[in-house]
Amino acid sequence: MTIMTDPPRGEFRLSMLLSDTRYRSLTLQAIAALVLALSIFLLARNVATNLAAQGLDISFDFLGTPAGYDINQRLIEYTSQSSNLRAAIVGILNTLLVAFLACVTATVFGVLAGVLRLSNNWLVSKLMAFYVEIFRNIPVLIWILIIFTIMTAVLPGPRAFRGDEPEASMLFNAFAFTNRGIYTPLPFFQRGFGGGLDFLLVLLLLVGSFFGARAVTARATRIQEATGERPATLLTNLAIWFGPLVAVSLILGLSFELPELKGFNFKGGITIRGSLIALWFALSIYTGAFIAENVRAGIQAVSKGQTEAAAALGLRPGRTMSLVVLPQALRIIIPPLISNYLNITKNSSLAIAVGYMDVTGTLGGVTLNQTGRAIECVLLLMLFYLVISLSISAGMNVYNNTMKLKER
Amino acid sequence: MSDQSTNSVAFVRTEEVAAKPPPNTAAGPVKWVKDNLFATPANSILTIIALYVVFLVLSGALPWIMNGIWESPSLKACREILDGESGACFAVLTERWNQLIFGFKYPTDLYWRPGLAFVLLFFAAAPVLFFDLPRKLLIITALFPFVAYWLIWGGAIWAPVTALLGIVAAYVFYSRFVAQNFALGFFGGIAIAFLVWILCGYIFPSSEITEGAMRSVPSRDLGGFMFNMMLGVTCVSLSIPIGIALALGRQSSMPLIKWICVVFIEFVRGVPLITLLFVASVMLAYLFPPGSNPDLFIRVVIMITLFSSAYIAEVIRGGLAALPKGQYEAADSLGLDYPQAMRLIILPQALKISIPGIVNVAVGLFKDTTLVSVISMFDIVGMIRGPILASTEWNGVYWELFGFASVLFFVVCYGISQYSQWLERRLATDHK
Repeated sequence: MTIMTDPPRGEFRLSMLLSDTRYRSLTLQAIAALVLALSIFLLARNVATNLAAQGLDISFDFLGTPAGYDINQRLIEYTSQSSNLRAAIVGILNTLLVAFLACVTATVFGVLAGVLRLSNNWLVSKLMAFYVEIFRNIPVLIWILIIFTIMTAVLPGPRAFRGDEPEASMLFNAFAFTNRGIYTPLPFFQRGFGGGLDFLLVLLLLVGSFFGARAVTARATRIQEATGERPATLLTNLAIWFGPLVAVSLILGLSFELPELKGFNFKGGITIRGSLIALWFALSIYTGAFIAENVRAGIQAVSKGQTEAAAALGLRPGRTMSLVVLPQALRIIIPPLISNYLNITKNSSLAIAVGYMDVTGTLGGVTLNQTGRAIECVLLLMLFYLVISLSISAGMNVYNNTMKLKER
Repeated sequence: MSDQSTNSVAFVRTEEVAAKPPPNTAAGPVKWVKDNLFATPANSILTIIALYVVFLVLSGALPWIMNGIWESPSLKACREILDGESGACFAVLTERWNQLIFGFKYPTDLYWRPGLAFVLLFFAAAPVLFFDLPRKLLIITALFPFVAYWLIWGGAIWAPVTALLGIVAAYVFYSRFVAQNFALGFFGGIAIAFLVWILCGYIFPSSEITEGAMRSVPSRDLGGFMFNMMLGVTCVSLSIPIGIALALGRQSSMPLIKWICVVFIEFVRGVPLITLLFVASVMLAYLFPPGSNPDLFIRVVIMITLFSSAYIAEVIRGGLAALPKGQYEAADSLGLDYPQAMRLIILPQALKISIPGIVNVAVGLFKDTTLVSVISMFDIVGMIRGPILASTEWNGVYWELFGFASVLFFVVCYGISQYSQWLERRLATDHK
């Protein structure tokens, strides 16, 4: 900061360590290093003494021993005989599942509410302002608990679906909303190859359709630039997206396994537990309110001159939005959007309040309590979240650098 | 001229005709409705959908609230009074009011103490929040933490008085020497404070003195919304100075200090608050010296303060970065040293820019205080989920209780954010 231009005079004195700007920063850093080392040493010694007093040690052996508890919502095979490590992995996958689902729906809610809040319609914009204020100012934990209560205390039990004149009935005979969770049909292929191969095939098809549709759009743009006439692409694109999909479904024999009431509970289909729904919905509707504010701020930040310039060029309002306003607004919207995704991932640790077995529930909850390995479990837990957060921020930095306005 | 025109033209109006009012469809409420609700077909559909949603919500909620029962000993009795009709059972709020606000173990006859502390909080906060009030009132703010501590926890008056004496001594020393050298004033002040505390510890051994003692209440007996308020106020006020220090450290040209601050901030911002609360409840005990068993309240305050200070540091770093470089250069050219430049030129402006961000962090932090219910502390959410919903009388009264907690948080958080908007307008010195 301060640039010293006069050459050093006289010889070194001890007081120069504090009074001379050349040495002072070295002195301060030496003191900081000393304090840091001392506090790390003291903390380590405290930990060692405290652990020794309780006859404990630091060891990660517990990860290999059988977990001994069950997890009802899981994406991979898991039994109570599986190791604690596998339980942690089930938890990690559950965290990623709910975080991913909530990110998608929160974006939908947020963009919708943010755009509608700028609507000319007085009633709609006021309603959206109401939504944003209500959800931003009440803790997400309370929202999770409220929606979990709806899922468990308000929805009917499976028993209500029985009998000749049941109190509750299934939606389209395929979806059952019960207090044990939501049961939905499970798609499968009658003449499929078995395993995950069929779904891989469908995924490949979708990727192929994506590139096909892009090629069609690019060709249309080329023709437009050459001749001024844009060929219609809507029907071609629809055919590219849905044609192969329908064909493959027919060939492989796509059908659905419907949930059925057997005994006291529904069997078959996909079960989505109430805890997952509560967490998913609460996180997306809460974060959606924050995203709505970002979207609104982003759109409003594009100066009015841009819209007017677009109008002066003769662009219609729809094209003004898609070609002029949105590309500039996205530059402002996306960084806070990504940090909201990060918040969703971190807030998904509140799963423990409703008994959804995410990584906080398995590794930081049951495993910690059963093995008593507090330090190891909490450290692993923090490490997991840290890796996720740092990789998302690294991605964000790359994005920001590519999107930065290039100024000269 | 005039003669000719009177002859040739049959009639000329001599006075102006008053303008007619616009037709009903182009003015007043009709026009407003047409422009704002039914401008286009799409807009009309949106309006109708919105009206239907409003109708659905109101038709469900209004009878429920209007029919609310405020006096009843239990949910069962309440349902009998309602006799199958839709209606809320607000009786749980009147019956369990004290538990919701103060927790279930705070001595009943001592409720006036936290109540008084709550009232004093407004007097203490007022001079900080509103600059027009006389600056002398800041003395109340300075005294408040000690008075509030004594009121809520009770115990011998010597503890807060000793703490206050140390702070006063440090302040006197600081204001005497800060003009000469900031470092001398600051670090000397801290040393003096510790000296006073140690001396006082010798003079009045706290366990023996009982004069001026109020009945003491242990931390584990605190609870309810009071607990959320205490955590929120304490952690926000502690984390702002730490956040400033961290932000300045992150801007520092000294690599070691910068590195320490960056690692700390990124670490804390990368993990969820729950894991830090786990640290407070199960791990922090291992980090303290053997034999000392710090109170769970203090452990939680430490972790939440560290958490929010990292976020506040990032907000203030944004403020520091937003200042034009000329401000730093101007401070240098005036010959100010680093502490002077920061205190007199940089921080006042940077903090002003950071106010909205700091308020956002404060609101978020206040909402996050509910997470302590996860580590089985009985704040308002913990009280609702634990003792109240588990009791035989009130098992099943979800909406009234969660609704009440939501209203409390909404009032506080919305109030704070409105204040910050007012403050932003108030502090705006640029021309719009």
